[in-house]
Amino acid sequence: MTMIFGIPIQAFLGQLLVGLINGSFYALLSLGLAVIFGLLRVINFAHGAQYMLGAFVAFLGLKHLGIPYWAALVVAPLVVGAFGALIERTMLSRLYNLDPLYGLLFTFGLALTLEGTMRWYYGASGQPYSAPAALTGAIKLPFMVLPIYRAWVIVASLVVCLAVWALIEKTRLGATLRAATENPSLVQSFGINVPMLLTLTYALGAGLAALAGVLAAPIYQVSPLMGSNIIIVVFAVVVVGGMGSILGAIVTGYLLGVAEGLTKVFYPEASNIVIFVIMAIVLILRPAGLFGKEG
Amino acid sequence: MARGSDTAPAEATPVREMGRGTRTLLLVLALAALIAAPFYVYPVFLMTLLCFGLFAAAFNLLLGYTGLLSFGHAAFFGGAAYFTAHAAKVWGWPPEFALLLGVIGAAGLGVVMGAIAIRRQGIYFAMITLALSQMFFFACLQMPFTHGEDGIQSVPRGRLFGLIDLNQTLNMYFFVLAVFLLGLLIIWRFVNSPFGMILKAIRENEQRAVSLGYAVPAFKLGAFVMSAALAGLAGGLKALVLQFATLTDVAWQMSGEVILMTLIGGIGTMLGPILGSSIVIALQQRLATSDFPVTIITGLVFMVCVLLFRRGLIGELAHSRIGRAMGLRPPG
Repeated sequence: MTMIFGIPIQAFLGQLLVGLINGSFYALLSLGLAVIFGLLRVINFAHGAQYMLGAFVAFLGLKHLGIPYWAALVVAPLVVGAFGALIERTMLSRLYNLDPLYGLLFTFGLALTLEGTMRWYYGASGQPYSAPAALTGAIKLPFMVLPIYRAWVIVASLVVCLAVWALIEKTRLGATLRAATENPSLVQSFGINVPMLLTLTYALGAGLAALAGVLAAPIYQVSPLMGSNIIIVVFAVVVVGGMGSILGAIVTGYLLGVAEGLTKVFYPEASNIVIFVIMAIVLILRPAGLFGKEG
Repeated sequence: MARGSDTAPAEATPVREMGRGTRTLLLVLALAALIAAPFYVYPVFLMTLLCFGLFAAAFNLLLGYTGLLSFGHAAFFGGAAYFTAHAAKVWGWPPEFALLLGVIGAAGLGVVMGAIAIRRQGIYFAMITLALSQMFFFACLQMPFTHGEDGIQSVPRGRLFGLIDLNQTLNMYFFVLAVFLLGLLIIWRFVNSPFGMILKAIRENEQRAVSLGYAVPAFKLGAFVMSAALAGLAGGLKALVLQFATLTDVAWQMSGEVILMTLIGGIGTMLGPILGSSIVIALQQRLATSDFPVTIITGLVFMVCVLLFRRGLIGELAHSRIGRAMGLRPPG
């Protein structure tokens, strides 16, 4: 058996793959957080709950309406995005002139409510959601067995991350968004509807979380608590990456996912805390984060 | 957390003078009520209220008077509960030393977490404290002395100073009440000391405090450790009252709860956190028997508080005419 750093290469590659999968979700979620924070200056604590809702929309859609996985990939982000837009319009938008901490506390309350409601209806235990037939099975590579669904998640999340990055950095809409981040009143005076832009941005962020939720549904079980476990890790990812840059959020997400996966190989006891340890080290050496600007 | 500039103008002196007398009277009445309470209400419930009241007051020391929102106070509360429970049960320490160990342990955690977290401000500070406390949660899950999912059960209350048997419920109640009042006195002294004044200056305008030559990071760390130690006092006390320490005490939900208690009662007020914690604990006890998840109510109350009354109950009262006549000071 081929060995690498004293462990079998299969185990090593297996955990690397797990790391990449986790990293895909960290990247998608921290990307959404960074997009929302960039324009709204709100840390969306409900991001984990929106991720959970995405998975539930897919699960319930299949169970009650027969919506297949492929349609759920579109439907869930739209439903959760619309719900996000409603919340933003009616409540969150009232908090923009206040200390940003109030936005954090409000979305925290929202997350608790959503989680509690889902737990009331569906219990705390997980529900299985199976991947479509086209994505089941595995490919035998010379050095390992690669489940198709996992490969699909990595590719899909990479494509979505790059598309969002391109949308914000390369298109005219993205340029308007970035301008509104810098100086909202000036952009408004050009006749652009900035409040609408804010609503759309929040909906986009929530939709990205829901998409991640649908992608996650066949891998992890669909449970009301799936979001709160991941959101705290994603906060650490965001602190490490710094929220100044979209690309930074994506890269940090994948890097930390891989770091977590590899820790499982070498020192499994620490795999739960390795991301937090990295966060602490980064804060000591470079408080603004890897990609952040000071201030 | 910076409040709006709409704080009430300084009230006229006669009102203040009248208020001071009323305030003393109210304090004496409150104290009398606390002494009489265990004869009418279930004492363990009262002791739980006092523990969480102290916890929220300790948290408010940081949020209300320094402007730092910690999302990780469960680590100090629950950590101290573990330390105290372990010392009392496994090492057989008397309660006063077990409690002291809890406080020292929480303060130690506070030094480490604080030193890392104060490197960033605002929401980053909140996220970092949350992440660090989650790290502590996972550590507690794996360390053998916490007994993982089971927690430390049937912690002995022991004899205070080797003399007073704390298994007698009334003895325990008056011990808890004494510690609670001591904790509040420390907080009140701290907030109104020159140190506390500098903290308020940092809260209002950090840049200006820096340019006036204050070592802002040292003051922030001092406040953080102080708040952590007092939260630890509350946590250790809770372990002796309920006689167990579990993962619930270190979980992030606990950090959220203490924020809610402070928010409902009034950030930056002395009485607000105590009132807020009583409301939250009473609500939880009421819903404990039904299968309706408390988090729905908690979450909704959070949203309503943030949207509609950010000053909290005591804060709103202090801004009203009645409150001013009672001698309540608007927060600040």
